[in-house]
Amino acid sequence: MNGNNPKNQEPLLRVKDLTVEYPACRGRKVHAVSGVSFDLARRETLGLVGESGCGKSSLARAIMQLPKPTAGKVILDGDDLAACDPVRLRILRSRFQMIFQDPASSLNPSRTVGASIEAPLLAMGHHGREERTRQAKVMMAAVGLDPERHYGRRPHQLSGGQCQRVAIARALMTNPRLLVCDEPVSSLDVSVQAQILNLLREVRGEYGLSMLFIAHDLAVVKNIADRVAVMYLGRLCEVAQCEDFYRAPAHPYSMALLDAVPRPDPRHLLPATGMLPGELPSAIDPPSGCRFRTRCRRAEALCAMECPELREIAPGHKVACHFPTFVKDL
Amino acid sequence: MTAAFDRHLLVAEDISVHIPSGGGTVRAVDRVSLSLERGKTLALVGESGSGKSMLCRAILGIPPGRAATRGRIIFGERDLAQLPEKELNAIRGREIGVVLQNPMSSLNPVLKVGWQIAEPMLRHLGISLLKARERAVELLGAVGIPRPAERVDCYPHQLSGGMRQRVAIAIALACDPQLLIADEPTTALDVTVQAEILNLLGRLQMERRMAMILVSHDLGVVAGRAHETAVMYAGRIVEQAPTVILFDQMRMRYTRALFDSIPRLDAPSGQPLASIGGQLPDLAAELQGCRFAPRCRRAEDRCFAEEPPLVADGLEDHRFACWFPCEPGISVTPPGPLLPKRIMS
Repeated sequence: MNGNNPKNQEPLLRVKDLTVEYPACRGRKVHAVSGVSFDLARRETLGLVGESGCGKSSLARAIMQLPKPTAGKVILDGDDLAACDPVRLRILRSRFQMIFQDPASSLNPSRTVGASIEAPLLAMGHHGREERTRQAKVMMAAVGLDPERHYGRRPHQLSGGQCQRVAIARALMTNPRLLVCDEPVSSLDVSVQAQILNLLREVRGEYGLSMLFIAHDLAVVKNIADRVAVMYLGRLCEVAQCEDFYRAPAHPYSMALLDAVPRPDPRHLLPATGMLPGELPSAIDPPSGCRFRTRCRRAEALCAMECPELREIAPGHKVACHFPTFVKDL
Repeated sequence: MTAAFDRHLLVAEDISVHIPSGGGTVRAVDRVSLSLERGKTLALVGESGSGKSMLCRAILGIPPGRAATRGRIIFGERDLAQLPEKELNAIRGREIGVVLQNPMSSLNPVLKVGWQIAEPMLRHLGISLLKARERAVELLGAVGIPRPAERVDCYPHQLSGGMRQRVAIAIALACDPQLLIADEPTTALDVTVQAEILNLLGRLQMERRMAMILVSHDLGVVAGRAHETAVMYAGRIVEQAPTVILFDQMRMRYTRALFDSIPRLDAPSGQPLASIGGQLPDLAAELQGCRFAPRCRRAEDRCFAEEPPLVADGLEDHRFACWFPCEPGISVTPPGPLLPKRIMS
């Protein structure tokens, strides 16, 4: 609206020292997210990557304030969401919305598609029924659903891809600035996955969205994200622009993730064994120092003693590793 | 004919699975034939609803509810379609092992994993409890579970998703089957775990000289993992070839479209993916012509009127069903290394 507003130069979302802990048995704690900080610029898409159990969904939920994080700040457009009272938070919620992995279970099975899509408007207090329906139908067309045919259907009558389109339409109804996508394509077929990725790219441009896009597949992230953040056991390992990350991954864990992406090429040989030896350690009792050291081939004594800080090794390229890899330009 | 059966472990001819439903009969699998040699892997690839799982269930003799299965399923020297349930039970779990998509729902949550691995051995091999437990520990070790002697007494919920799938594989291998059917064994798993499980299946298959049917919706998963690949669409096989040949020259336009929709590490970032518009046809309706025609950019009148046969063109073992196939001989795999050479610091 007003391009000279200094607010527009600032990142849309600032996450500072975000910590999420859950109570476990015998007074212990699950350290799901430990001191994560990052910024998300306006109209930027950040891909957040990691294995199951690394805390990426906990991070997403903490940003959504579902529930509030244990500690840290989530500053959206100047408002610290974590410090907001419930009334204010409810008003602010229209600015940040979320879509989930399993579209069928994130939709109410007894509600029609139209009712699901209109629900956010109702929650925001838009009570004109005709206006709600009109807006819902416009949005349905925008996400590739047929407003006439699909409006009265229920989720079980739709395919997985169509359900995900409904979820996207519902998230966009409040005209949000930030869209948090938690593995939105992981449970879909490759062909449908391509459709949904293309749709997200389209609506991102059209509505000027910033996106936090969570996935475990780095090929998917490369397709949609501007920047990549790799997470392991509650901490960020590497943050970089897509271009730099895929050309020159620096953290050993990032490399292991890249090696694991299936290549549609029968002649491509995978590293024979143990790309990533061992299992994800327990988040109740994470390893001392660098949390990745128990599975890292490069680990030395220093890694057990000192937790590596996320430091900049090139402009905009941050790595939390004592012995990162530097790739020379080809 | 007999010579073919010596080489082939499994020959399925004209398999159809018809499921009665409210809107008519759903032809989930329609006149599909395939054969599998001993020790070889056949990949079945297609979207959800293409009939790949249903085909596996037909081979196993466990079609859903009121479904009617037709066709011959020659396994070894017997026709599984003709065998009574009792004899089928003696084959399933012993000569044919199965790994399903979601290990959490295929494992019994209230039984220790050791028991679940021992069960098929107690049932089929008639060995002692002690011996079965010993072998369960061995198997857990063979599928790459660390400290197998302790893990044998774990419940499924105490293991991670990848570990559970390894347990499921151990159960399938317990009686040393000749054929392993793996139905989307890695779809519910992380990419890192997926790579490990696929490597494991490949290694076990070689060591044990097992035949394997690997089902997946992702062509990227089966590349380099299967000797032969069959692509299914709407209940029919639409293209089939040795995997290397298939990836070198995809002829059927659906195969190509499926391939192009895979996000790739070697593609520039931020480019829209080539997606396939539309949806699978309604399998309860009377279908005419090529089933992919409504979604195919190249389709002409003939495609809607006549169904193309699955035939070879040039290479004998590369068969496809398309009236207007993609040009042969054009490699679809772009040349050059997929990742830059890494220079260690």
